[in-house]
Amino acid sequence: MTNTTSPHHGKALSLLREMLYIRLVEETMATRYAAQEMRCPVHLSIGQEAIAVGVCQALRQSDRVFSTHRCHAHYLAKGGNLNSMLAEIYGKDAGCIGGRGGSMHLTDPEKGMIVSVPIVSSSIPLAVGSALADKIDQVDRVSVTFFGDASVEEGVFHESANFASLNKLPVLFVCENNLYSVYTPLRERQPARPLTDLAKAHGMKGIAADGNDVDAVLAVTQEAAEHARSGKGPVFLVFDTYRWREHCGPNFDNDIGYRTEAEYLDWKRRDPVEQQKTKLVTAGSLNSHDLESMKSHLQETINNAFEFAIAAPLPQPSQASQFVYA
Amino acid sequence: MANTRIISTGDAIRDGLTEIACKDPSVIFLAEGVADPSSVYGTIAGLRNHIAPERIIEMPVAENALTGVAIGAAMMGKRPVLSFHRVEFALLAMEQIVNNAAKTHYISRGRHRVPIVIRLVVGRGWGQGPEHSQSLESMFALIPGLKVLMPTYPKDAKGMIISAVEDDNPVIVIEHRWCHYAQGVVPDGYFTEPLDGPRAIREGKDLTIVSSSYMTLEAMRAAEQLEKLGVSTTVFDLRVARPLILDRVFASVMQTGRLMTVDTGFRKFGLGAEIVSEVTANCFDKLKAAPVRIGMPDHPTPSSRGLVPGIYPDAIRIVREASAGLGIAQNKIEYAVAELIAQRKGLPIDVPDPFFKGPF
Ligand SMILES: Cc1ncc(C[n+]2csc(CCOP(=O)(O)OP(=O)(O)O)c2C)c(N)n1
Ligand SMILES: [Mg+2]
Repeated sequence: MTNTTSPHHGKALSLLREMLYIRLVEETMATRYAAQEMRCPVHLSIGQEAIAVGVCQALRQSDRVFSTHRCHAHYLAKGGNLNSMLAEIYGKDAGCIGGRGGSMHLTDPEKGMIVSVPIVSSSIPLAVGSALADKIDQVDRVSVTFFGDASVEEGVFHESANFASLNKLPVLFVCENNLYSVYTPLRERQPARPLTDLAKAHGMKGIAADGNDVDAVLAVTQEAAEHARSGKGPVFLVFDTYRWREHCGPNFDNDIGYRTEAEYLDWKRRDPVEQQKTKLVTAGSLNSHDLESMKSHLQETINNAFEFAIAAPLPQPSQASQFVYA
Repeated sequence: MANTRIISTGDAIRDGLTEIACKDPSVIFLAEGVADPSSVYGTIAGLRNHIAPERIIEMPVAENALTGVAIGAAMMGKRPVLSFHRVEFALLAMEQIVNNAAKTHYISRGRHRVPIVIRLVVGRGWGQGPEHSQSLESMFALIPGLKVLMPTYPKDAKGMIISAVEDDNPVIVIEHRWCHYAQGVVPDGYFTEPLDGPRAIREGKDLTIVSSSYMTLEAMRAAEQLEKLGVSTTVFDLRVARPLILDRVFASVMQTGRLMTVDTGFRKFGLGAEIVSEVTANCFDKLKAAPVRIGMPDHPTPSSRGLVPGIYPDAIRIVREASAGLGIAQNKIEYAVAELIAQRKGLPIDVPDPFFKGPF
């Protein structure tokens, strides 16, 4: 390992490792998807990793995360178990919910990954409810709801934001603005205005930062979490970023006409993982040898998890009728 | 006579919508990704080549408000066609559908009309899971004031979608994603199909099956095998869940004395429950056996292919349940089941069957 031991270096390195980890997990999924063994829709976060990592690194394990259809990165960044995630996506009994949900419902409550719901905006009020319970019980905790730019078009986002703000609940509303809802660009769905204006409308603090800069994400989330914990109310965080691959599935789709290769390449130049690498290398705290060994170490863990998931048994059909009622 | 072509139900819906859009300038289209490269599985593709772009409206991801917006426009003379990629996304709009769409004509003593079409796609397969695969037709069929259609075959689908747009009432059209692939002969050009209830796809004297949507395709396969077992079966494609017009079914059950219903949705509180109840009340003394209801079990549908076996009704279950009541020898039943299994050619459980090739 490179010879630097400052705490900041440690943090910077772990941010890189986390992002790289998530990137490699999803790249491996993309490569293996063609084998048709992951038999569920998958929404990859490749290109958006800095947000999941920056936000979750600002949280405590006891803090809670609520996610959407695009939940892999949130799950992993919050410390969710990789074997359980992949087994879930492979539809196996060892999956985090025994194959009931597949890729869009990832859950690891022990790690504070409470739930992922694939109906747009559906999990936002759940995070607000979690924060309400904490306020009543005077628990020092924040509840985080991750959602995409389209979510703010739903009424339930506004209803939730209003209530959270009114009651000064410790919620972080984290909007990952990747500029698209499926194939439809933001400009065809919303008027031109800063997304942070939505926070103003609901009387809450709003902060925007570069969603591809993990340091920036971490810094503003720390500030927001502090704000929420101290009883000053929720914060709306807006992070601009870009989804590299198709909305749902493992492929690139810049050729089908809804966006351009040039736009993609422009964002790829701002790859959150590469940017973090460059920062560390420039600061002299990482060399290519360390990087390679980090990468191969992570890839080995990941490959083992895939082997685990592939070898794991399917659940029995008789289990399908269980757990309808508590 | 009009020229015909063999096309899929999905394409037939697109052709129908295109015909009526060209004919009636008050028809407008709303959807999330209304003109995107997919255009709701191709079912509203290419409208730009036929009508003004102002009539093709991108919906923000705001189902509740946009359904209300469409209802408001409908009250003021437009004929909106809303398309949702999944039934579940329309759940956000239930208030608008149940209160405004369904009741405005009634409450206003007929001074307002809500000629809106709301298309809902039922997902299935490839691990769609509990919140992307629900067939909730009975929730809509419950509500007076709504019409609820479930087209299966291409020709019906085209004629029915045109009739739906021309209808002065709110019409919910529930389209099973796997029906979109069904092929059949469809006339070119404009034509309508009356929204008048079930259609007998085949006629027989021993058993009456009433099935809807994708389950009609399974019922037809089952009926073929039942024929070989000496059971001659009438299969009705329900097509219209509300208003529920069952006269043809009553007439058939009067002959056969046996009724089976097969739903894409839940068995309990499903369409079959209502049909069985009506048939029993109307044909009580002609029934030779208790009617049989087949449908989805009493729990959500999980994602894993390991959990799915046994959940979706299929031709095999229909054959087994039908022949059980008719005292057919077990070895014959097993032979029919083996043939049905062979027809699937080892395809995994979570992909659509290629069996439903027309012409129908
Ligand atoms: C209520 C509802 N409407 C529509 C959909 C279909 N849908 C799934 S993901 C998605 C796009 C959401 O975009 P955004 O919130 O920006 O998230 P992203 O996919 O970009 O991460 C849509 C419209 C849905 N799942 N739920
Ligand atoms: Mg988005």
